[in-house]
Amino acid sequence: MVTYGKGLRALAAASAAAVAVALWLVFFYAPIDADQGFVQKIFYLHVPIAIVALCGFVAAGVMAIGHLRSGDRSWDVRSYVAIHLSIILGVGVLVTGAIWAKASWGHWWVWDEPTLVSFLIVFLLYCTYPPLRFSIEDSERQARYASVFAITAGAFVPLNFLAVRLAEAYTHPRVLSATGGQMPGSMRLTFLVSLFAMALLFTTLWKLELTAKNLARELRDLRRSAERAGGGERAPAPAAPDTPTGGAAVAATAAPPPGS
Amino acid sequence: MSALPLDEAGRYVAAAYVVFVTLVVVYVAIMAAKVSRMERELVALKKPAEERQR
Repeated sequence: MVTYGKGLRALAAASAAAVAVALWLVFFYAPIDADQGFVQKIFYLHVPIAIVALCGFVAAGVMAIGHLRSGDRSWDVRSYVAIHLSIILGVGVLVTGAIWAKASWGHWWVWDEPTLVSFLIVFLLYCTYPPLRFSIEDSERQARYASVFAITAGAFVPLNFLAVRLAEAYTHPRVLSATGGQMPGSMRLTFLVSLFAMALLFTTLWKLELTAKNLARELRDLRRSAERAGGGERAPAPAAPDTPTGGAAVAATAAPPPGS
Repeated sequence: MSALPLDEAGRYVAAAYVVFVTLVVVYVAIMAAKVSRMERELVALKKPAEERQR
């Protein structure tokens, strides 16, 4: 039997430890910001989620290239899971950002702020991916179209990031700059550890969902083989039963032995 | 805007962290339930197939 989710426990333990260290640094090590006060602690959550979500979208595009180049469907599944997870993180970015905006600026949302609006555009763009994907019935076409979408939208993400950087007036602070947004060393360390913990958490959740997808596929193949085997007992068995692609090994174990 | 007092700021910070933790916990719970249900189904389906093979 294929063991899915290999290394998942170790990865989960490592991300739990990293998140614990990051939280300790956020609340017990990093100093209180002189300008914003305690509310600035949201920064260590909001910015890493945003960076990881955007990187997840770009990574999904790279995986989609892998699918179109090789024709290997597993790359398409990886790309789909990365986008699904990044959309969920995107919800986290928007909600934590709105809370931080309310505390710092007195408004839940500011429409003339390029960073906020551009992230919303990217988020809404990716929200169209699942309906697009599942509106196509043919699995081969579905994977191909989804990959094209993932590549196009994935290329849009860094372009969008650059466009926002070039925007002149903004209230939203800049973190990724040569000076690191003028952060002191302790704050920068806390931010980097938080970013690492978030990336590790994303990888763990990505692997968990991939495990679920692989299990679902194996289950589907096994059900088909069992149905075929059951049908073969009732009616004269065909000389060489068709096995679905990727389910040959499972079908071999599920089919009745010769001469039975 | 000047910095909020600690008690008021604490509420916003707690809200942001609680929202994120809830998001992750709900996601993990859904995925874990799915995986364990499928694992049970997989074992149940594989058992008769293996018995037939023996």
